[in-house]
Amino acid sequence: MSVFRGDPRGGQFVTYEVDAEEGQVVLDVVHTIQATQANDLAVRWNCKAGKCGSCSAEVNGMPRLMCMTRMNTFETGETITIAPLKTFPIIKDLVTDVSFNYEVAKDIPAFKPRPPEADGTYRMMQVDIDRGQEFRKCIECFLCQNVCHVIRDHPDNKPDFYGPRFFVRLAELEMHPLDTVDRTELIRNAGGIGYCNITKCCTEVCPEDIHITDNAIIPLKERVADRYYDPFRWIFGKLSRK
Amino acid sequence: MASYETHEYDVLVVGAGGAGLRAAIESSAMGAKTALICKSLLGKAHTVMAEGGIAAAMGNVWPEDNWQVHFRDTMRGGKMLNNWRMAQLHAQEAPDRVLELERWGALFDRTKDGRILQRDFGGHRYARLAHVGDRTGLEMIRTLQQHAVHQGMDVFMECAISRLLKDGDRIAGAVGYRRETGEILVFKAKAVVLATGGIGKAWKINSNSWEYTGDGHSLAYWAGADLIDMECVQFHPTGMVWPPSVRGILVTEGVRGDGGTLRNSENKRFMFDYIPEFFKTETAETEEEADRWYDDKANNRRTPDLLPRDEVARAINSEVKAGRGSPHGGVFLDIANRRPADYIKRRLPSMYHQFLKLADVDITKVPMEVGPTCHYVMGGIRVDADTAASTVSGLYAAGECAGGMHGANRLGGNSLSDLLVFGRRAGIGAAEYAFGLISVPTLNEADADAVVSEMMGHFEREGEENPYTVQTDLQETMHELVGIIRTQSELEQAQVKLAELKERASRTGVEGNRHYNPGWHLAMDLRSLLTVAEATFRAALLRQESRGGHTREDFPAPDPEWGRVNVAVRQADDGSMQIQKEPLPQMPDDLRKLLEEN
Repeated sequence: MSVFRGDPRGGQFVTYEVDAEEGQVVLDVVHTIQATQANDLAVRWNCKAGKCGSCSAEVNGMPRLMCMTRMNTFETGETITIAPLKTFPIIKDLVTDVSFNYEVAKDIPAFKPRPPEADGTYRMMQVDIDRGQEFRKCIECFLCQNVCHVIRDHPDNKPDFYGPRFFVRLAELEMHPLDTVDRTELIRNAGGIGYCNITKCCTEVCPEDIHITDNAIIPLKERVADRYYDPFRWIFGKLSRK
Repeated sequence: MASYETHEYDVLVVGAGGAGLRAAIESSAMGAKTALICKSLLGKAHTVMAEGGIAAAMGNVWPEDNWQVHFRDTMRGGKMLNNWRMAQLHAQEAPDRVLELERWGALFDRTKDGRILQRDFGGHRYARLAHVGDRTGLEMIRTLQQHAVHQGMDVFMECAISRLLKDGDRIAGAVGYRRETGEILVFKAKAVVLATGGIGKAWKINSNSWEYTGDGHSLAYWAGADLIDMECVQFHPTGMVWPPSVRGILVTEGVRGDGGTLRNSENKRFMFDYIPEFFKTETAETEEEADRWYDDKANNRRTPDLLPRDEVARAINSEVKAGRGSPHGGVFLDIANRRPADYIKRRLPSMYHQFLKLADVDITKVPMEVGPTCHYVMGGIRVDADTAASTVSGLYAAGECAGGMHGANRLGGNSLSDLLVFGRRAGIGAAEYAFGLISVPTLNEADADAVVSEMMGHFEREGEENPYTVQTDLQETMHELVGIIRTQSELEQAQVKLAELKERASRTGVEGNRHYNPGWHLAMDLRSLLTVAEATFRAALLRQESRGGHTREDFPAPDPEWGRVNVAVRQADDGSMQIQKEPLPQMPDDLRKLLEEN
């Protein structure tokens, strides 16, 4: 297995020979290397079951969760190359600085519910929250952020673009049956949804199979278009302001 | 001390799972300057892995449910070793805490009339767990995280605390480090809330993440606080057993809550052979009654598949030992032959995904293989039920690292509710304490220097003991000698082995430098792992009976005398570990009556 070893100053791929055991995933092999050959190999992980989204990396060039990538998907004896996520600045080895995502999360105004029913609780029908629940499956592995061309190929766009993870978050809030905050201007302006040209790379890499482009981004684009670019609405707005 | 990065807070919360987040939210909301420390990135704490749900007697599915029934179930599930006041507050406040999550944006599964749906779980008389499929922990941590970041607290991601510092007998702060850079962090704090979770990484087969190294338990112990019930460790009956690399990963109790049954190699529903006297009157005796119970709880008794976890784990252990196990040393958990495929995929999406991806098993078509896995520690820091205060001034604890709430055995679903109820109470307790201090404690620089020099010592011993090897050997020892079934001779062997491991751990060296170095981090965590391992086997050696998460082969029955005491652990002045029996808090008669009613 060939693993990137390095830090912001530079680095290189180092090859480790490891015997894979039955049923192992890539993360198991990385852990074996760490325990026996390189104690200081930096890697993030927590649950090892695809639930926490910590162990994202580029495995043979494909952005994946290492804990959900089985070794038997590779040929016997094949060298497997593990690299850190490209879109985020490297800290060390397989660990990158994903603080960008936490900054964006803070930028999004909090959920604010309408007043409850007389008994102090809320009623919501399952059918009305199915879509929201799809979005809330997100484990924040940031693989969608990593593959998005808008920031992967053009890091300069980061201050003007939230990225697919946060369009999922915004869509979830927009479609939440109880929420009262209007975030359309934020989606258009600070979020920069116009940059997205719907190549669906984010959807392809989502380990939770969230239909990011179809179910989150496109409906948000439609909302923005309805508000700001609908000609009838535009004329009506002009007239009513007088 | 001039060169350390130093911060000052009213309240320092260590741990950012459910309990830590909830505590930090509360103390921030009260106006206390609050810091939240997490060993991983925010939102990755072990709470994220909780599957089944949050137990709260809201009565949305069974109007007969109320806090009194939940209290009774919790006390009986804990084999009456629980702190009664914690069990009471927990049962009373859990519904409000769930509704609060909904006000903060959580989307729970719904009943037909649009209220929060509740599911069946082991040891709960009524369907009581608010849930989101089988990813309830993710919903909870994300909701808390998204709420917390707007509360004005400071979050220190990927930082760990090595030691608490005191001014006389009061908490004065803490010393830790940034995992990314290895830089030392010093916190001056009026109050500290520990919410660091469990100790499962001391065992070989476990369902826990790397973070579960008993940090909070040890920090409190070193600071002079009491621990209780450390012998009570929960082995969850259903962990994955095959392939080897996934051994121990949790399979939610929701599988059984939603109709799954346990079977042995003879295809027998063996749980009917393991109904203990204590639960006879409330457990079904025939398969027909058990199956009817899912839909008609008024006229039928609960299936023995949903006995409390300690009972089920021991039963599986016995079946495997008797040669009636599955091919890979577990038993079968079958929902494929019990419920339609689309129901399984809707109710248990993560389980479906997990088995298909990691084990090539389609749980809608064939049974799963499952076996016990070290999951949770009931024992922890002794706290006052109402304020979550430990026995050290200024030190608070909530969640898994606190003891008492669950007695000798925790019911499924009672953990997430525990985090919310006592996380909030710890936040209030700590903030009020901080506001009420007349003189601010001062931090002794020499104390901080001493901790730092110990942390750095590992770099001076490069190439001696490998920390990973020491951890693996510790896990083997605990698994073999302090596992589900214990006995005096094995516990005594554990004592010898742990002394050796302690000595080896003191010689661990690390390669590389301080920059994001997991080998160094583990070398430091070994100290807390060994401390909780020692507390567990010593307490287990003392308690000469079997109760909940503590089973002695040489004392197989519960003993009423032992049912009246906690085992308390504290550090003596000479640094040695003191273990002693102490009477349980006395329960008032009106609550005692609830337990006697059937």
